[in-house]
Amino acid sequence: MTNTSDTGTETVIENAHVRVLNAFCGPVESSIYRKQQRVIVPTEKSFDALSLLKDRGFDLFIDVTCVDYLEYRKAKHRYGLVYLLASTMNTERLTVRLFVDDPQPTVASVVPLWEAANWLEREVWDLFGINFTGHPDLRRLVMPEEFTAHPLRKDYPLQGRGERHNFPVITRDHS
Amino acid sequence: MPTAQPEIESSSEARSEDYLWTLNFGPQHPATHTTLRLVLKLEGERVVDAVPEMGYLHSGFEKIAEHLTFNQYVTVTDRMNYISPMANNVAWHHSVETLLGVTLTPRCTYIRTIVAELARISDHLLSNGAVGLDTGAFTYFLYAFYQREVIYDIFETLCGARFTNSYTRVGGVSHDFTPLVIEKIRAFVKTFPKTLNDMQRLLNRNRIFVDRTQGVGILTKEEAINRGATGPVARASGVTRDLRRDDPYLAYSDFDFQISCASAGDCYARYLIRMQEMRESLKIVEQAIEHLPSGPVNVGNDERTTLPTKNQVYSTIEGTISHFELSMSNRGFEVPCEESYAAIEAPNGELGFYIVGDGEDQAYRARCRPPSVLNFAMFPHLIRGHTLSDVVAVLGSLNIIAAELDR
Repeated sequence: MTNTSDTGTETVIENAHVRVLNAFCGPVESSIYRKQQRVIVPTEKSFDALSLLKDRGFDLFIDVTCVDYLEYRKAKHRYGLVYLLASTMNTERLTVRLFVDDPQPTVASVVPLWEAANWLEREVWDLFGINFTGHPDLRRLVMPEEFTAHPLRKDYPLQGRGERHNFPVITRDHS
Repeated sequence: MPTAQPEIESSSEARSEDYLWTLNFGPQHPATHTTLRLVLKLEGERVVDAVPEMGYLHSGFEKIAEHLTFNQYVTVTDRMNYISPMANNVAWHHSVETLLGVTLTPRCTYIRTIVAELARISDHLLSNGAVGLDTGAFTYFLYAFYQREVIYDIFETLCGARFTNSYTRVGGVSHDFTPLVIEKIRAFVKTFPKTLNDMQRLLNRNRIFVDRTQGVGILTKEEAINRGATGPVARASGVTRDLRRDDPYLAYSDFDFQISCASAGDCYARYLIRMQEMRESLKIVEQAIEHLPSGPVNVGNDERTTLPTKNQVYSTIEGTISHFELSMSNRGFEVPCEESYAAIEAPNGELGFYIVGDGEDQAYRARCRPPSVLNFAMFPHLIRGHTLSDVVAVLGSLNIIAAELDR
């Protein structure tokens, strides 16, 4: 992603977490926007990096979500995963991003680290089709089981693909 | 169904799981209050396991967000946590303004603080009232609901809508406080503590209520953090995290208030936390209404961030120009190609939006971080080993709103 940020890289390096991540998984791209510290970690090292961050005090898992960059200008990758971490001890927050691509967008599940990720990763799987390896129970969360598409992808139309009209009608005799 | 059925064995002796009974609870059940479903595995009265199912109210709010402008989408946020829509409005536009870099006027921050706190009171009233209702305290529920009605009345006077307020706008609010609104809020601040005392006397030491909630659905501090609990649920378990203090947004740094915490982590503690938070919210509302800054409520016309009032549109050329600049599809806001997350302490916990901007005045992606999902996900953990009648107590104390859960 070529995202411009308000501040230069000088202040970014000062962040202790970024420095540790740099030492751990090579130089990570980090930026600050609206006082929010963000880092981009390599996908294959995401679990270890997040595990490291958990040990460094980010004990509260706020959210994991996905952005489909299909129509985004200058985007190099299809999907961006966003992990929002916070701490209960202090007011620090960190946004960890990583990128995955078609076909078979896959990333390691962080449920072993935070139980909170369980349903959130299921939701990402449901709506974006990102496969989380190591997830204990990767089922659809909000869409019906028999649904085949992943509706928050950008190539899925707003009105749907007519699934709704083809839902089986359950009569009283068959229920 | 995900609960594995025990395989039939050839031996004549039945296994212990064979005595388990599966009960389908919801999606249409009076005690779920909304459409959510639980598949309970029972051994007599005792719940061995519970599998929550959701999605019955899924309406693709996040997909709609990619097709509505920042000001239009506020109507959809009303329908997320519909028992405190004002808080959702404030959360949404707080996130949008974080992305756009809009600084609000002091009067606007105070007004938003007041409506958010009133929303918190009305949310906690219904949440606690529903716990009372489900555990047999009907009178308590009526006391709570009457006061909610008063808050609805304030909101109706303020913006014309009782329920789906759609009150905030980018850089401001749709209606400024009028003297009548201020008068009504002052009257509420004066009369509400009396009802709150009555409610406290009705339930806090009520033998039936305490027996049904104390020690039920215990969430330890470690589990609360591990499972991502925020808001009253986390604070009842001893997590002293409140964004109003830790990350003061709007005008919260100006006020004197306490963060309520408990260490028990059971349904009764969550009830007490909500009761106490209403008192603290009232303190904030009182301070804010008495020190309401004067001056403009919206960011000025010149900046072209807030839609001008209709009066300005029809009587001044600047207002007309701003209106068309903002409404036309090829003009609108200046949105950076950036991503940001901003959250507020909503009545249910941390409610935030992760917004991706791509230069258009619609969000490229707007992710809502719903506290209900994380609260509902921990339900099986809380209910295991308790009886069937405790299901409604735990469910009520978590205050799960299906519309926010499914979006």
